[in-house]
Amino acid sequence: MKRAFSILLLSLPLAGCQGWQSALDAQGPSAQALAEMFWIFVAVLGIVWVLTMTALLLALRRRRPADADPLSTDPGTERRMTITVSVAVALTLVTVIALTGLSYAAQKVLFSHKDGALTLLVTGQQWWWKITYENEQPNLVFTTANEIHIPVGKPVLIKLESADVIHSFWVPNLTGKMDAIPGRQNQLQIQADRPGIYRAQCAEFCGLQHAHMGMLVVAEPKEDFERWRNHQVSSAIPPNDPERQRGMEVFLSKPCIMCHQVRGTDAGGKVAPDLTHVGSRRYIGAGTLETTRGNIAAWIIDPHGIKPGVNMPTIQLEPDEVQPLASYLEGLK
Amino acid sequence: MRTLLILPLLAFTLAACEREDREYRSNPVTAESQEKIALVPLSAGPGGPTEQRSGLGKEYEENAFHISQGQRFYVWFNCNGCHANGGGDSGPALMDDRWIYGGQIENIVQTIREGRPNGMPSFRGKIPDDQIWQIAAYIRSMGRNVPKPAAPGRKDDMSPGPAEQRRPPGEVIDGGQVPPSAQMPQ
Repeated sequence: MKRAFSILLLSLPLAGCQGWQSALDAQGPSAQALAEMFWIFVAVLGIVWVLTMTALLLALRRRRPADADPLSTDPGTERRMTITVSVAVALTLVTVIALTGLSYAAQKVLFSHKDGALTLLVTGQQWWWKITYENEQPNLVFTTANEIHIPVGKPVLIKLESADVIHSFWVPNLTGKMDAIPGRQNQLQIQADRPGIYRAQCAEFCGLQHAHMGMLVVAEPKEDFERWRNHQVSSAIPPNDPERQRGMEVFLSKPCIMCHQVRGTDAGGKVAPDLTHVGSRRYIGAGTLETTRGNIAAWIIDPHGIKPGVNMPTIQLEPDEVQPLASYLEGLK
Repeated sequence: MRTLLILPLLAFTLAACEREDREYRSNPVTAESQEKIALVPLSAGPGGPTEQRSGLGKEYEENAFHISQGQRFYVWFNCNGCHANGGGDSGPALMDDRWIYGGQIENIVQTIREGRPNGMPSFRGKIPDDQIWQIAAYIRSMGRNVPKPAAPGRKDDMSPGPAEQRRPPGEVIDGGQVPPSAQMPQ
């Protein structure tokens, strides 16, 4: 009974190997290189472990005559011992050199940068990601937050910066980790070979809400990506129903505008996530809550109950202002 | 004997933990604190002017967390747009000892909330109350009018002078010079 239970417990971590945030479910070339390397290491080191344990068990089980001389200098035994040790040392050397060579080969894949990449500036902040799509044409440059869209099969160059402390950008399905360090810029190239939604997570402890600093990477066909980008570039569409118009008035007269931006209105704060198309993103609060009207309202009323320590303040709102405000924000598709 | 010495020493290190005591959940009652300050020592009739200070100030200006949050908001809300890094620009300097509208934390809070003539905007309803207190605490730390252990030890980016913590303790002289912006004909 106990054994069955422990087998069940041991198999639980395996469940983590699948799904939208797993390094073993590789969806891009560099994740593929990493996954291959992982399995080679597991296989080689597994064999080494089994061999070592077998040798150890054999040595333990072998009986020695009680009167054996500890200083025996029998030439036959001496020769056998020398050969065994030499072979073991040689095998160790070969293994270490082979694994080093494989790592080096994988690193060439990881750090090779292809040309013609889409360029994104990703800035880690406590505790969300600011994303700027760069472009040679200034009218195609825009800022969003916590959700990256990329075209399938095209290399994407990520420039990583940090506004406060060290963060780390990690999309397990697409690539390895890269730190975002204040005062410098790191670069990383990612590519998705198959369409899908992959979850990213800050991988360097960055304060109280480190665990709630997630992001989505949406890989989609080129046409879908172009459509998405052309929509994100545009300003917010002014609301035309009375409730949402009221919500916009509330938004513009409250502390929201000190930090948030909605392009096309007077709200021009740039220190918190850009809300121009917040309703089109799948999550709010950096991967914390799904974007629904109820969650938006809950987030505005009590951000510290959901994400204690977050810089979003509790603000003074009248009860009849909450619903229009949430519905205005939800409608910013 | 030695143990007896070590124990109080260990207890001293615990005292440092209060430096950044904080509540992870800000006060859900977001109404503003009731501060009544007078800008002049004169009042009609006997006795000084009526003042009422909520006593919140001590909590904010002796707390390193609040001061460092204030340091962050100082830039976020563009205080440095007019006051630069505290040395003053089109707005008056904040790191000197002259305070046109009073240098106590309650006065600074009221200055941020109400705004002042000749350029200082009112931030009432735009910055939540606890953040106004945090900014005011940071401003007090610029001239080192807060306890040394609570003052910021470093800035996130390049700093023109020594960190607040390394500045000599300041004093507060109420009533300053007229700011440059007020001297010009407008």
